[in-house]
Amino acid sequence: MSSLKRMAGLVSALFLMAGLAACGDKAQELAGQPKFDAAPYTGTGVQVFTTSDWKAGDKNSWALQLKTRAQYGQNDHTRSN
Amino acid sequence: MARMKFICDAERCIECNGCVTACKNEHEVPWGVNRRRVVTLNDGVPGERSISVACMHCSDAPCMAVCPVNCFYRTEEGVVLHDKDVCIGCGYCSYACPFGAPQFPSAGTFGVRGKMDKCTFCAGGPEANGSQAEFEKYGRNRLAEGKLPACAEMCSTKALLAGDGDVVADIFRNRVVQRGKGAEVWGWGTAYGSKTDAKGAKS
Repeated sequence: MSSLKRMAGLVSALFLMAGLAACGDKAQELAGQPKFDAAPYTGTGVQVFTTSDWKAGDKNSWALQLKTRAQYGQNDHTRSN
Repeated sequence: MARMKFICDAERCIECNGCVTACKNEHEVPWGVNRRRVVTLNDGVPGERSISVACMHCSDAPCMAVCPVNCFYRTEEGVVLHDKDVCIGCGYCSYACPFGAPQFPSAGTFGVRGKMDKCTFCAGGPEANGSQAEFEKYGRNRLAEGKLPACAEMCSTKALLAGDGDVVADIFRNRVVQRGKGAEVWGWGTAYGSKTDAKGAKS
C-alpha cells in the first residue's frame, strides 16, 4: 500500500515537473521589429535640399507638391500642348 | 493620396540606363548592387522592348510575407521599406521577389552576405529623415524633400513614371490615347520609312 502511495507521489511529482518545464523557456517572439519611421511630409529639416513650394508638417501641401511636380516633370503632353 | 507607384512605358524606354545611373549616384549605392536595372526583350531584333525594373512596392509584397525576422514594413504612402538593423541577410526575400529587387552587397570576403538592399522609392528608411545614418543605410530621402524618385525625374524620354498611382496612371493613359499606334506614332516615318502608293502619295 505504501509503495503504491510512493508511486502515486512520484508520478504526480513528475507531472508537476513536466508542467513547470515551460516556465524556463525563453520567449520566442520576433526579436526585432522595424523602428518607427517618420512620415515624409514631416520633412528632413535640411533646407538646402528641400523644395520650397510646400510646408514641412503639412500633409496636404506635401501631397499637392508631389502631384504638381509629377505633372510638371513627367507629363510632357500638358507642357507641349 | 493613393499609393506610390512606378510605371515604365516600354514604347519610350531607349535602354540608356540613365535611371540606373541616377539611382546609383543619388544613393551612393555600393559596387555590385543595382537597385534598378533595365531589362531588354528581343535585344537587337527589330521591335525590341526595354523596361526599367526595380522594387515595385507591391500591395501584397511576397518579400514581406516570407521574411523570417519581419524586417519589412509599408509606409502610409504604400512604399515597402525594411529595417537593416533587423535584417539577417538570409536571402528569402530574393527568392520570393518576382522582380529580382533584393540585392546583397558582398561586404566581406568570399560569399559573406551583407544586409539586403533595395529600392526605397527614394523614401529613406527607419532612421531620422535626412540624417546621416539614413543616408548611409538607405540612401537619400527625396520624398521628405518634396521630390519624386531620382530615376523617374532623370528619365530623358519620360518612359519611367513615378509618384501617386492615380497621377501617373492618368499621365500614362493620356499618353497612350494621344500617341495612337503603329504609323500614327510621331516619328514612325522617320524611323521606319513611309509607304508610297502608286500615285506617289505617302501614307
